[in-house]
Amino acid sequence: MNSLSYVSIMKEWDIVAARQMGRELSKQIGFGTVDQARITTAISELARNIYLYAGEGQICFEAIKTLDQKGILIIAKDNGPGIKDLSQVMEDGYSTSGGLGAGLPGVRRLMDEFDIETEVGKGTKISTKKWVR
Amino acid sequence: MDTKDLDARTYADLLSRYIETQDERALYGAEKISKSFIRKNILPEEIVNLHIQALLDIYPESRDQILPSMNFLLEAMISYGLAHQEYQMLREKQLEIKSEIQVAARMQKMLMQTEIPEIKGLDIGVISVPANQMNGDYHHFVKDKDGSISIAIADVIGKGVPAALAMSMIKYAMDSFPASRMSTSTILASLNRVVEQNVDPGMFITMFYAQYEPKTGKLHYSSAGHEPGFFFSKKKNRFIDIDAKGLVLGVNQNTTYSQSELLLEKEDMVILLTDGVTECQKDGKFIEREDIVEVIKKYMHLTSQEIVNRVYRHFERLQNFDLRDDFTLVIFKKVV
Repeated sequence: MNSLSYVSIMKEWDIVAARQMGRELSKQIGFGTVDQARITTAISELARNIYLYAGEGQICFEAIKTLDQKGILIIAKDNGPGIKDLSQVMEDGYSTSGGLGAGLPGVRRLMDEFDIETEVGKGTKISTKKWVR
Repeated sequence: MDTKDLDARTYADLLSRYIETQDERALYGAEKISKSFIRKNILPEEIVNLHIQALLDIYPESRDQILPSMNFLLEAMISYGLAHQEYQMLREKQLEIKSEIQVAARMQKMLMQTEIPEIKGLDIGVISVPANQMNGDYHHFVKDKDGSISIAIADVIGKGVPAALAMSMIKYAMDSFPASRMSTSTILASLNRVVEQNVDPGMFITMFYAQYEPKTGKLHYSSAGHEPGFFFSKKKNRFIDIDAKGLVLGVNQNTTYSQSELLLEKEDMVILLTDGVTECQKDGKFIEREDIVEVIKKYMHLTSQEIVNRVYRHFERLQNFDLRDDFTLVIFKKVV
């Protein structure tokens, strides 16, 4: 597998493809079982957001390295409606999670680093990293 | 070795002991370690992982049978872990809000403080208890230079923080009135304009405003849709409603109010209240106004403060010590 690869999200089954690619890459990078499952769940959340709210978009994966760390970078991007009220979407207990703890706050918990750029009417780009412990 | 590793070792030991003996002691150990996991915020997927590692140590030859099913379980636990973390966060937030409201309630209490004035010949008692932390009822006393006393009692429709905020505004509006005495109807008309302009259209305030002149024994009063009080005439030995017509504050900018008067004689008594008193419930039904009169009669030989305290205690008990609405009761007796 390349260090940079992506899955296009257009239909619900593409979420499974994105999960699969993310899981395999995180296994190769050296994540343990628990972290593999967490990364995969984060990918699911990101891909489902694209499928539900933007209609289509991409999930990109990259193996990353610093001097003393290895990790994974996941970028979810779409040209959808964008997010109007970011602080509300990032708030715990916000309606989309419905008490499931999921949504973007869930992604932030599952991963180590999280960043989001969004513009109403243009789209959203979420970048998130996790490092091997 | 950190405590996490220690728990992992303990878990593995307990598990292998239990598999061997199926002994209740090992299960008791599991209960204890599960509490320790919760205290340390160990998530369910990590516990499943611990379990997998322990099983692989005990049954190394069954790796291929164990792993797929256990990994499946681990995956199924991830969302539980997330929901648990969200729940923890919301719990912390709730505690924060609770302590903020506590501070606000203390501030409100200080803001709304009103001292019962010493008026010769008048015995005044008052009790005001909020249903939640913050009070949406309001009462205040002002002693005028000419020796008369103004008494206001008000109730915001609604309770809690929004009601309390509206009440703070009413207090400041009243404080800003000129020192020279205005008629009770003028005061209500001015407050009505303040409320109409500054308060959310869905929020209404009722108020009863009275002025008592000790020299003449006259009580002037006006009401803005407030729960009628009671007047007890010693001579007639009878309670009658103090009813005054008037629209609640904040509905229409141009509302005017009428003013009425009563003559108080020795041992006559005036009772002002909010609907937190009349809307007390007994066996799921609202009490009748006569019920309140009955309770007051029982204690009316006491001082005004004693009467309001006893009446409150009576209704608090009737509601199983759980008030549904803010409760305010003011009583004054002409003693000479």
